[in-house]
Amino acid sequence: MIKTMLKSLREFRKPTILTLVLMVAEVLIDVLIPFYTADLVNSVKAGVPMNEVIGPGLILVVMAILSLIFGGAAGVTGAHASAGFARNLRGDLFKRIQTFSFENIDHFSAPSLVTRLTTDIQYVQMAFMMSIRLAVRSPLMFLFSVIMAFIMGGALAMAFVIVIPILALGLIFVAKKAMPAFRSVFSKYDRMNESVEENVRAMRVVKGFAREPFEKKKFAAASDNIRRDFTYAERIVALNGPLMQLCLYLNMVFILYVGSRMIISSGGSTIDVGQIAAMMTYGVQILMSLMMISMIYVMLTISLESMRRIAEVLSTEASLKNPPSPLTEVPDGSIDFENVSFKYSVDAPRCAVEGINLHIPSGATVGILGGTGTGKSTLIQLIPRLYDATGGRVLVGGSDVRDYDLKTLRDAVSVVLQKNMLFSGTIRSNLRWGDADATDAEIEEACRLAQADEFIRAFPDGYDTRIEQGGTNVSGGQRQRLCIARALLKKPKILILDDSTSAVDTRTDALIRQGFRSYLPDTTKIIIAQRVASVQDADLILIMENGRIVASGTDETLLKDCAIYREIVEQQTKGGGEDA
Amino acid sequence: MHKTANRSPSDLSKNFSSLGRVIRKLFSYYPRLAPLTVFCILFSAVVSAIPSLFVQKVLAVVEELFVSRDWEAARPVIVHYLLILVSLYLLSLIAMTLYTQIMAFMTQGFLDKLRREMFDGMQELPLRYFDTHAHGDIMSHYTNDIDTLRQLVSQALPNLIQSGAIVLAVFAVMLWFSLWLTLVLVLGIVAMFYTTKFVGGGSARYFMRQQEATGTMEGMAQELMSGQKVIKVFNHEQESIADFEKANDELFEVSRKANTYASLLGPIMANIGNLLYVVLALVGGVFLLSGIRNVSLSGLPFSISILVPFLNMAKQFTGNVNNLSQQFNAIVMAGAGAARVFSLIDEAPETDDGYVTLVNVREENGVLVETEERTRHWAWRHPHTADGAVTYTPLRGDVRMVDVDFAYEEDKPVLFDISVYAEPGQKVAFVGATGAGKTTITNLINRFYDIADGKIRYDGINVNKIKKADLRRSLGLVLQDTHLFTDTVLENIRYGRLDATDEECIRAARLAGADDFITRLPQGYQTELVGDGANLSQGQRQLIAIARAAVADPPVMILDEATSSIDTRTEAIVQRGMDKLMEKRTVFVIAHRLSTVRNADVIMVLDHGRIIERGSHAQLIAEKGTYYRLYTGAFELE
Repeated sequence: MIKTMLKSLREFRKPTILTLVLMVAEVLIDVLIPFYTADLVNSVKAGVPMNEVIGPGLILVVMAILSLIFGGAAGVTGAHASAGFARNLRGDLFKRIQTFSFENIDHFSAPSLVTRLTTDIQYVQMAFMMSIRLAVRSPLMFLFSVIMAFIMGGALAMAFVIVIPILALGLIFVAKKAMPAFRSVFSKYDRMNESVEENVRAMRVVKGFAREPFEKKKFAAASDNIRRDFTYAERIVALNGPLMQLCLYLNMVFILYVGSRMIISSGGSTIDVGQIAAMMTYGVQILMSLMMISMIYVMLTISLESMRRIAEVLSTEASLKNPPSPLTEVPDGSIDFENVSFKYSVDAPRCAVEGINLHIPSGATVGILGGTGTGKSTLIQLIPRLYDATGGRVLVGGSDVRDYDLKTLRDAVSVVLQKNMLFSGTIRSNLRWGDADATDAEIEEACRLAQADEFIRAFPDGYDTRIEQGGTNVSGGQRQRLCIARALLKKPKILILDDSTSAVDTRTDALIRQGFRSYLPDTTKIIIAQRVASVQDADLILIMENGRIVASGTDETLLKDCAIYREIVEQQTKGGGEDA
Repeated sequence: MHKTANRSPSDLSKNFSSLGRVIRKLFSYYPRLAPLTVFCILFSAVVSAIPSLFVQKVLAVVEELFVSRDWEAARPVIVHYLLILVSLYLLSLIAMTLYTQIMAFMTQGFLDKLRREMFDGMQELPLRYFDTHAHGDIMSHYTNDIDTLRQLVSQALPNLIQSGAIVLAVFAVMLWFSLWLTLVLVLGIVAMFYTTKFVGGGSARYFMRQQEATGTMEGMAQELMSGQKVIKVFNHEQESIADFEKANDELFEVSRKANTYASLLGPIMANIGNLLYVVLALVGGVFLLSGIRNVSLSGLPFSISILVPFLNMAKQFTGNVNNLSQQFNAIVMAGAGAARVFSLIDEAPETDDGYVTLVNVREENGVLVETEERTRHWAWRHPHTADGAVTYTPLRGDVRMVDVDFAYEEDKPVLFDISVYAEPGQKVAFVGATGAGKTTITNLINRFYDIADGKIRYDGINVNKIKKADLRRSLGLVLQDTHLFTDTVLENIRYGRLDATDEECIRAARLAGADDFITRLPQGYQTELVGDGANLSQGQRQLIAIARAAVADPPVMILDEATSSIDTRTEAIVQRGMDKLMEKRTVFVIAHRLSTVRNADVIMVLDHGRIIERGSHAQLIAEKGTYYRLYTGAFELE
């Protein structure tokens, strides 16, 4: 898992290693400083001439400057490396997601991918930064300090033999207890935030039913629940401070007592006062580094879940791949379904579509009717290979869709999805999604065909009107027509409209279809609709139910033979009634 | 459309006063614990400064006696001092354990209270607030902003108090020892102060910018992830990668700078401390040798037994100043966070001066009598201000609007001269383009937005006099954008009336035509809905929303595009239930699909905020006006 992620380090490997090296250098100096400090204190105490005191003093000054340089440089390279690692990781994650098929996207879901790209990466960046700066520094500091303490203090260093295990055990205990508590708190926290978001979104419902007191109670319970669990977790962690202090004090008292005794009984020949001071400093360093190690451990474990979620995306292979030697030319817009069936997941009890056999000649217009959840959208998504058929095969232009280059296929098959979407930018930049090199004349022509030109021109900024995120500043019908224009700009061999004119009035709807007939005679058109009028004049009308095509024919034959079709037509034309 | 929250650090004084407010709030929530904590922190700080005095005494004894090599003589003295030391340590430990435990308890309690205050306040805000603030920004109050306060209360504040106290205490003790040496130290402090101001300030500035960039990145990720399928269909992967990488690079830049400044602060401060140590040692050495007279509070002469503890204290001193400076970031960030939290808390709530309430009544001898029991008979309880008399008007569902004008923003009127008379049991339909004002009219009836007095009357009572909650309780609402909650299907239906029994909820679902698909869900009515009912189709969600309104059983219903996502075949099935639902109720219907409004008693055609046609279906068809053209498909509704 960690290996998968470290691949994203790339050009930041150098600053990372540099940080590690600098940290080692800084630690070495930091450990030596007390040694020379003791020297200095002793010289001062011994009353040696000033010029001899200056020597160790200067060494200390140089060391402090070196420590500053190393520590500062490590800060710079460490920040560079960790921010860079996060950037690469985020970029890699995003690029990986771009290779994903619809199936992969369904599996992860958009909100969860957003979390992985943002919060999870932030945690990993923090953990990484802490690791490269402290994961080397703290154990080294610990090791060197212990060694130095034994060199300098001799028997005095025995103090650490007592203190270190106490602190280590205590820290392990705290970490072990706190970790699961924190993990459960964080997931509760996420859930509470989700429910606040839900409340904000549904504010009209809350107010409409005068449910404010109910929502307050619900939130208070969730918030209080978090308070309880969080307090528990924090109280455990809060033991760290006093524990650390206890060990420091123990160390202090021990060194003072044993140290004084050693000095006095030996008449100052074994150790001296300066060494006692140094031992105290080492004590602080040793215990602090232990504390740091435990903090890193906690930090890493907290970010473990984030790492897992990122690595999961990075190691997911796109479920749809280009064939080894793909076809790069779609000869025409004919479509064949040969005994096609499809399941959204292997475990699904039922097929979303099954037993589909169908030939659509190039240039034909096909209408598909059927209630929600009958498999209409599923069926057409197999054509541009948004999903791969589970059984049978789908052919476009006489070849299996799996033999085409994906980009070629999707350029030839233009789908206006039911859940269509515009992106923040201008109308023009959105339309250019269909063809990046489209001239203004081409764009306007597509918009005229989609009956969008007129309303676009009515905007003060025309084609340069800004589209807000989610396209909220144009009406539903306008959005649909922009999406159709965008799809037309691809100049596709096959054009599929998945319920794409539901918010457009019947007259405009008819104009759009009329335009298709006269300007796109060679393009195969597939229209999924709720309105009978949208498909009535198609060459072929399919009626779907429970994932199967239950009837097909023209308006005329279906009226004669198909009860469902008759029923739909009657309902919608009763007294001329129509969707407006 | 949405204005994004102002994240710029410009308003520093506001942030600063917000910090003060956080602290005052903390003390008012915990009038005993908060001062106790401060006391414990101070106590443990002072107590941990005193030991150096005794360390010095021990060392003095050692210096004096080590030539004698007589441990037995020195032992009692040293043990005496050590015992004092141990008892001081014990006190300090007790104080520390106490305050760290209280802090853990208090921090979370404080955040809980603050969160609830925020949420409770938010529930009372007018819809306008939610229309004008991006949901992501509202959410960040609960996540990022609260988190900055958690850092402040649990870490920065105690550190500030403790390190501040230690710094002061140590400073005093140092003066006790030697004025000259302390003066040298002060020079170092000045250097440290400017370092913090410059480096720490830079770090805080870039951390705020990092937060901004993170917000941008989040918005972008959100848009691109939810549009991922469109991206695939248009082979637009490379372009979106390029867009994303641009935002990613920007975030990288500020994040790198923020962290660089932050990680520079530590080493710089620590090594100023180190340098100071050397300088002090050298100066001390010079003093020792030259025998300059010591100036100090204690009046002690200069000696090695003063210099060694002084050097230790200097270390402690600079360490704590370093610690103080490390809190700089957290404090600046918390100031901005607190300002944002309070901006939500201080937002003016929806005004509600209503005093007419909805109560259960019983008829006794032809007179309505208020009762606590659930009689299912309701009346408006109307206390009259003039004479103090209380009248009861039975709840019937008669809604009248007279000459209503309305503007969401001043100078931009959206409704003109709207008059609507809906008698109990009547069905009134609104037809018109998007933005014509259909939804706005219904928003005025349930007082999502308020208009000038007296123009809307419910059962003859001015709606402004009716308590909002009671008014809304009497109005069932089904919206086009259905919103369901994370809970079971059954509880979602019960949302309409909290005391409804399971049977009543199921009956309402049958009425709405939802029972059929619900029973086919894996766990039937107990199926958990997640993510706004993401596991259901839009049509199914609308059916549940209708059932939710049905269980409330209100005299008036507002159906705003309630069946727009249900296909016509299913709608025909639902229609019978809907007809039954609408029976004996006053109903306001907004619908795109004209078949839905055809059988209304009166149809209002709206255009740019005016009613341009009104009448029954037959009348309007006969008029051959806009409605007729709409109906025959010659006109577009947007």
